[in-house]
Order: sequence, then structure tokens, then C-alpha cells
Amino acid sequence: MSFASFIFRRVLQMIPTIVFILVVTFVLVRLLPGDPASAILGDRARDADVARINARLGLDQPIFVQFLYFVRNVFTGDLGNSISLKVPVARLIAERLPVTLLLTAMAAVIALVMAVPLAFVSALRRGRASDVVVRGAFQVGLSMPVFYVGLVLLIVFSANLHWFPVGGYGDGFFAHLYHLFLPALTLALSLSAILMRNLRAAVIGVVGAEYVDFARAKGLRSRLVLTRHVLRNALISTVALFGLQIGVLLSGAVVTETVFAIPGAGRLMIDSIYGRDYPVIQGLTIALAVVVSLIFLATDIVQAWLDPRVAR
Amino acid sequence: MSAKTDGLHVRGLCATFETPRGPARAVDGVDLDIAPGEVFGLVGESGSGKSVTLRALMRLVHPPGRVEGNVAWQGRDLMAMKPEELRRMRGGEIAMIFQEPMTALNPVLPVRVQIEENLRAHTDMNRRERRARALELLDIVGIPAAARRLDEYPHQFSGGMRQRVMIAIALASSPKLLLADEPTTALDVTIQDQILKLLLDLRDEFSMSVVFVTHDLGVVASLCDRMAVMYAGRIVETGTVSEVFATPHHPYTRGLLGSVPHGGAERTMLASIEGTPPGLASLPAGCAFHPRCEFATDECRRERPALEPFAPGRSVACFHHERVARAEELA
Repeated sequence: MSFASFIFRRVLQMIPTIVFILVVTFVLVRLLPGDPASAILGDRARDADVARINARLGLDQPIFVQFLYFVRNVFTGDLGNSISLKVPVARLIAERLPVTLLLTAMAAVIALVMAVPLAFVSALRRGRASDVVVRGAFQVGLSMPVFYVGLVLLIVFSANLHWFPVGGYGDGFFAHLYHLFLPALTLALSLSAILMRNLRAAVIGVVGAEYVDFARAKGLRSRLVLTRHVLRNALISTVALFGLQIGVLLSGAVVTETVFAIPGAGRLMIDSIYGRDYPVIQGLTIALAVVVSLIFLATDIVQAWLDPRVAR
Repeated sequence: MSAKTDGLHVRGLCATFETPRGPARAVDGVDLDIAPGEVFGLVGESGSGKSVTLRALMRLVHPPGRVEGNVAWQGRDLMAMKPEELRRMRGGEIAMIFQEPMTALNPVLPVRVQIEENLRAHTDMNRRERRARALELLDIVGIPAAARRLDEYPHQFSGGMRQRVMIAIALASSPKLLLADEPTTALDVTIQDQILKLLLDLRDEFSMSVVFVTHDLGVVASLCDRMAVMYAGRIVETGTVSEVFATPHHPYTRGLLGSVPHGGAERTMLASIEGTPPGLASLPAGCAFHPRCEFATDECRRERPALEPFAPGRSVACFHHERVARAEELA
């Protein structure tokens, strides 16, 4: 019951967040150097033509009116047209964003699959050889830049071994998974290192807790002690970190998509910034910000579910 | 030892921890005999090794801590048990409750889960029976509106109620021996009284033995049949509670009893024991208590007195225990 009201309150909290995102994106785009009219017409445009374009785009209106138009358009799904590609921004985002989301989701899953069991091994055999090896390996993963790891993986597994494609996205869901595996692995390496270190520390803290001794004194099987009592409590802090890191992962996708030539939102963002394609930059920023705040919402809900003290 | 098959029999229990300054014996050669249905008090200051003794009995000492010795429960050797046999023993036949219910209960699980997982581990009750038993247990330990409270979390209970919850969890599978590690220390005095009464009632209802670890002599006096006094990891005196209270034979026991206020007497200074307990890694030579002892002689500084019987059911580890007892009679 209180859990449901927690979710309700938490969803309400998103309203000011979204408003803030809209204001910031609106203002940011207007602070960028250069203006759309000269981007469309080129540097040698005549003043009359610039004025005509500005009038057509509504750029001659007072800034506050422009903002209200902007909000109305966003909520009707009209994010304008791309200046360079001449297609609706909403359609571009609908094409490109799912690619990035799938890439991020795969990276998150791979990172979890690597981090959780190894954090346990490392924490429970603390100080022994397996702990040292696991931590050493992750330390290397953490300290190498994403683009470099990506290139190494490409050279080894695509160019030399031909196990994976060199780039692209493929057709059909399973082809997508196949094409995105190496880039997702690239992103997952640094994330899993961060998660592993955090979870390892949390497990070490929880294993020494008195309620774990009490669980043992109750005669529970050690697997149950580890999952229900240790893992669940240890995950509380790691889940929060995981949520934050997904945001980082989305921006990391910009680099990965470039290295692996994946037609995702990250590539689109870079191209639009170079081309001063304001509507696309604006639309993408809003879409990514909304995605990130949805991920934070999910993180908070999972955390409240894990720890009833959060949701009071 | 004759082959006793009833109750708990501990011989030479040791718990050792490695420290940068060499190994520290938190428990050093403890012998205990607990009869069925008996309430036994284990008394000592903080750091005397009484809590570690309890954990060592349950083999709950964390590595790299080591436990050695002989622990026989109903004729079976707890120290030699295989993991599965030990698991069935823990919580099934021997239960343990801790000092601080706030940290001993899992904060993220509802009380119901924490009771039912015990039943699941030790009985073949089905889901419905476990639910009914969990409700019954909360009733037994005196938690009002038990049906509603089953789905609440530890942080939603008051301190006293939380300790009742822990007792309910520990007693879920009707153990025959309860190891209680200062279960009332963290509670208000009035609540302490209720919990102690509850434990005595439950002792009768479940016909179990209780080992009660405490530093509170008042609790021992009102609750226990026999007692042992621990100092620096060793037992220094044992006997029935009435005999030990009447004529303590160890100077440390005498000091402990002297530091308890007696109701009704005219106002006098409370006696206290000079000095502090020694660090375990640097125990003094000879009797560990000698630096704080008014009876100490050269013998005490040289040699460590063994725990030896001096009367039926009484033992003491002191060279001068007769002088100590006489001093008590004169006082």
C-alpha cells in the first residue's frame, strides 16, 4: 500500500523534472553559436531571405511565445523537421533511439552478468588468489578508454577471427543482437568494473552484519543466506549506482556507435551538432533526458522494492 | 568424562583470532555443563569472551577466527558435524538470540518471511501451516494484533517488540537449547523485565535449557539456576546462583557483586573494580586478574591458577579463594 503511494508520489515528481528539461533544451539551443536561417541559406544569404525564413520558423516571435509553441509541439509529438535531412525529427528519433536503447540495455545486461557473480566470488574469497585476479582484471577494464577497447575487440574478433561483423546494425532482431554484441561488450567492460567494485564492498559489509549471523544461526541453507539475506541487502546501494551509470552509458554510446558504425542516436547527435541541425539536437536531447529520468524512476522503484525503509 | 547424553557439555573450548600483535585467545579453555531445563548465567565484563563463547558453540565465529575444543550436545559432537547436520542443529535444536534486535533482524524482509524461513528450514509444514504457526508464535511472545504485524518490517516495531520478534523467530522450530546473548541489554528497564519473564515462561512451555550471557547480575539473580563468571576468556568461578551470591570465592566475582547497588541499604559508595580488563593479545603472566586484585601474591604473578572444584557443584580459579570467602563473611 505505501509502496503504491510511493510510486505515485515518485511519478508526480517527474513533472517538474520534465518542465526543467524542456526549458533547458530550449534555452541551450538558442545559446549555440550561429543561427538556423544562415545554416539553411548559407553564409551569403541576403537579409530579406533571412527575415523570411525567420518568420516561417517563428523565430521572429518573442522568446516566451516561442517557448509556448515549443512546449505545445513537443506534447503533440511534433519536434519539427530536420534542417539537413528534411524529415520529421520525431521519425528520426523513432528510427535511431531504439538502436541506442537496445545497445545500452545489452551493455547493462552483460555488465550485470559479469559483475554480480564475480563480485560475490571476490568478496567471499577476499584476499585469496581468485579475488586478486578478478579485481586485477576489472581494474584493467576500468582504466582503458572505451574507444580503445572497442578498437581492440574489433581487430581481434571481427577483423582477425571473423566471429562478429565489423559494424552496422543488421536486419531483424537477432541480427541486431549479433551486430550489437561487440559494441555492447565494449560499453559493459567499464560499467561492470564499477558495479563489481561497489557490489564487492557492499557484500563484504553485509556478510559481517549481525542479521547474516542470525540467519545462519537459524539453520538456513548457505545459498539462501547468500541470496535472500546478503545479496538483497548488498544490491541496495549497487542499484542506485547502476541507475546513475546507465545515464553515463547512454553518453558512452556516442563514442561506441562511432567506432562500430552503428546508426544510433549517438551518431545522429554528433552529425546534427556538426550540421547545426537545431531541431534534431533539441528533439534528441529531450528524448534522451526523458529516457534517463525514466531510468532513474525505475531505479528508485527497484530500490524501494528492495528496501522498504526507502518507501515510507 | 562419563558419557553424558543429555544437555550440553563443553570441554576446553577455545576461540583464537589472529591480530597484528600475535594471536588473541578470546575464549581460552572453557568448560560448561548445561542440564536439560536449566537456566545458566554466563557473566562477565565487556570483552571477557562471553559472547564469543556463545558464537563458538554455534560455530558462528567468522574466519580467520579459529574454534577448538569439544562440544557435545545430546551426545553428538557439534565440532565434528558435517555442514548439513550442523545446519539442522542450528535453529532446529539450538537457537540463538542476539543483543541488538535492530541489527540482528534483516531490515529488508517482513517479519513473516523471517519466521517462516526458519520453519521451512526445520519442519515439513506446508505454506498454510507455516502461516498459522508464524501467527501463533507472535501471539506466544505477546505481540498484539499479530495478524496485522506479520507483514511489517523490523523498523516498524519498537525496541521491546523487536526483541519479541527475534525470540519468536528463534523459537519457531521449538529448540531444546536457547543461547541468549544479552537479549535485554538494549532495552528499557521495564521492557527488560517483561522480556525476562517471557523467556522464563517460554523455558517452561518449550522445556528448554537456556544459556544467558549478561553483564547484569540482577538478571542472573532473578533468572538463572547456576552461573559461571568469565574473565579474560576463562571461567574463574562457577556454582549455583544462590551460593555464588552468598559467598563468592573469586576476588573478581566479589568485585562484581560489590558493584551492584543493594536496595534498602543506607547510601554508601558503590564499590568498583580498579583498573580495566587486560587486552587479549597482551595478557599478564600468571593469573590474568592479578593486576587488579587486592589479594594478589607473588604466586599469582607467576602461575595461572586452574579452575578447580572446592565444594560439590562449586569451582574457582584462585589460589587464595578461602581468604576471599572469609573476607566476604567479615564484610
